[in-house]
Amino acid sequence: MAEFVSLSQGIEAVLSDGCSVAMEGFTHLIPHAAGHETIRQGKRRLTLIRMTPDLIYDQLIGTGCAQKLIFSWGGNPGVGSLHRFRDAVENGWPHRLEIEEHSHAAMANAYEAGAANLPFAVFRGYKGVDLPSVNPQIRSVTCPYTGEVLATVPAIRPDAAIIHALKADREGNVLLEGIVGVQKEAVLAAKRSLVTVEEIVEDFGPRNANAVILPSWAVTTIAHVPGGAYPSYAHGCYKRANDFYIAWDRIARERETFLAWIKENVLAKGPDAFARHAQPQREAA
Amino acid sequence: MNATPTEMMTIAAARLLTNQDVCFVGIGAPSAACNLARLTHAPKITLIYESGTLSTRPSVLPLSIGDGELCDTALTTVAVPEMFRYWLQGGRITIGFLGGAQIDRFANLNTTVVGPYDAPKVRLPGGGGAPEIASNCGEIFITMAMGTRAFVDRLPFITSFGHGKGKGDRAALGLKTKGPTKVMTDLCVLEPDPQTAELTVVSLHPGVTREQVQAACGWPLRFAADVAETPPATEQELAVLRDLHARTRQAHGVAA
Repeated sequence: MAEFVSLSQGIEAVLSDGCSVAMEGFTHLIPHAAGHETIRQGKRRLTLIRMTPDLIYDQLIGTGCAQKLIFSWGGNPGVGSLHRFRDAVENGWPHRLEIEEHSHAAMANAYEAGAANLPFAVFRGYKGVDLPSVNPQIRSVTCPYTGEVLATVPAIRPDAAIIHALKADREGNVLLEGIVGVQKEAVLAAKRSLVTVEEIVEDFGPRNANAVILPSWAVTTIAHVPGGAYPSYAHGCYKRANDFYIAWDRIARERETFLAWIKENVLAKGPDAFARHAQPQREAA
Repeated sequence: MNATPTEMMTIAAARLLTNQDVCFVGIGAPSAACNLARLTHAPKITLIYESGTLSTRPSVLPLSIGDGELCDTALTTVAVPEMFRYWLQGGRITIGFLGGAQIDRFANLNTTVVGPYDAPKVRLPGGGGAPEIASNCGEIFITMAMGTRAFVDRLPFITSFGHGKGKGDRAALGLKTKGPTKVMTDLCVLEPDPQTAELTVVSLHPGVTREQVQAACGWPLRFAADVAETPPATEQELAVLRDLHARTRQAHGVAA
């Protein structure tokens, strides 16, 4: 059964130096507060897995937490570059970053294969493109029924998955709605998991019978972190802070402004700092 | 009212879309074009974003492919593996709408790196959904502003496959889809030549000369036997597009 913990206990429980972690959330429900706690705990040599590294991994890369990045699209959506990711790949700052690059289709399939306890994923993709020539993990298999050659990638099986969800009930069951991305797959593919939640309720109450629910016995730890997705969003609670995504371009462009921002907004703060993002906008939403 | 070159690109792209299309939409110029079509002549067009939102009808342009607005206005929202497996790979999307950082004469796209992959001069975001959008959608429309750094003689990296090195390369790879059939730029419209698959200028936007287009392209451009003039933007097209952009700026907290 899932154990209720504080955010700092949760990060200590699921992450250790050198482990692999998938912090997922496809634009929606990105576990930013958990990313900040990882930085505060000074985790090192992590293999970071995520389809869209987004600001959360830009911050982890720029603060030296990452040794390797497995990803499929590394930009600031609608804005431009992730400058800390670029600085690491182009200039090796703060140190060299190993990359394993895929397409979205490949990673989505690889998470699903991981959740299904399969060794690899098979799909129709990577035709005619250059990624297979720079990523030896991209291979192929011949269909035993039709002879068609299909692309394969290894299943994603992270040591840990970290996601943010809308609600947990007292039993430790977890509910997600809206754009649900690959979070269910990431949690089921991982050895252990931490779910930060907007809200803990006695009972989920009336709900769609097809809502995405992770049963308590499929989750390792849960931490109550209202606002924990900011500047990403929690459907029905608060909106994506598109103005912050735009502002991040200026903050992260230079090493000095980035480090100053991290010092002020991550190192000098705690998980409670996120609560203000949940409350005021909840009324407006 | 006169359209800016960027507005003309978006408007020319929007005109290609119809009520019958099921369209996989990328962020940026493609998203603006698809929503302009929906708000003008193609109100029943089906727009799909890779975050899993099917038949979405946003009132403002999303900044990301997963803004809440897309989910709020969608017919339904599916998980990302389902999006790529059942809907895209399942062959249910008629048009994929892509942008890119660089394109070559056979409409192959690069959004990965400039310079060597292991020591890039510029590290770009990468492929995201594009490699499989390019191979699994019925056909591909591309929108990109022209310039010699974008329209290049040789791509450093092929992120998404267009027509390879020419006619027949898609079929040789076992691809049954058409690949890029239109490229809408800020200066002109290009189509692959039916014999060679090389991009050929078929229409110039109002006031644009052949010399201007050639100066903005890194390879010697071919022009069709009959080059048309793109019909100018109508008052309605411009008004709807500018209104959409104004609403979008306001919604994202950027001074209009």
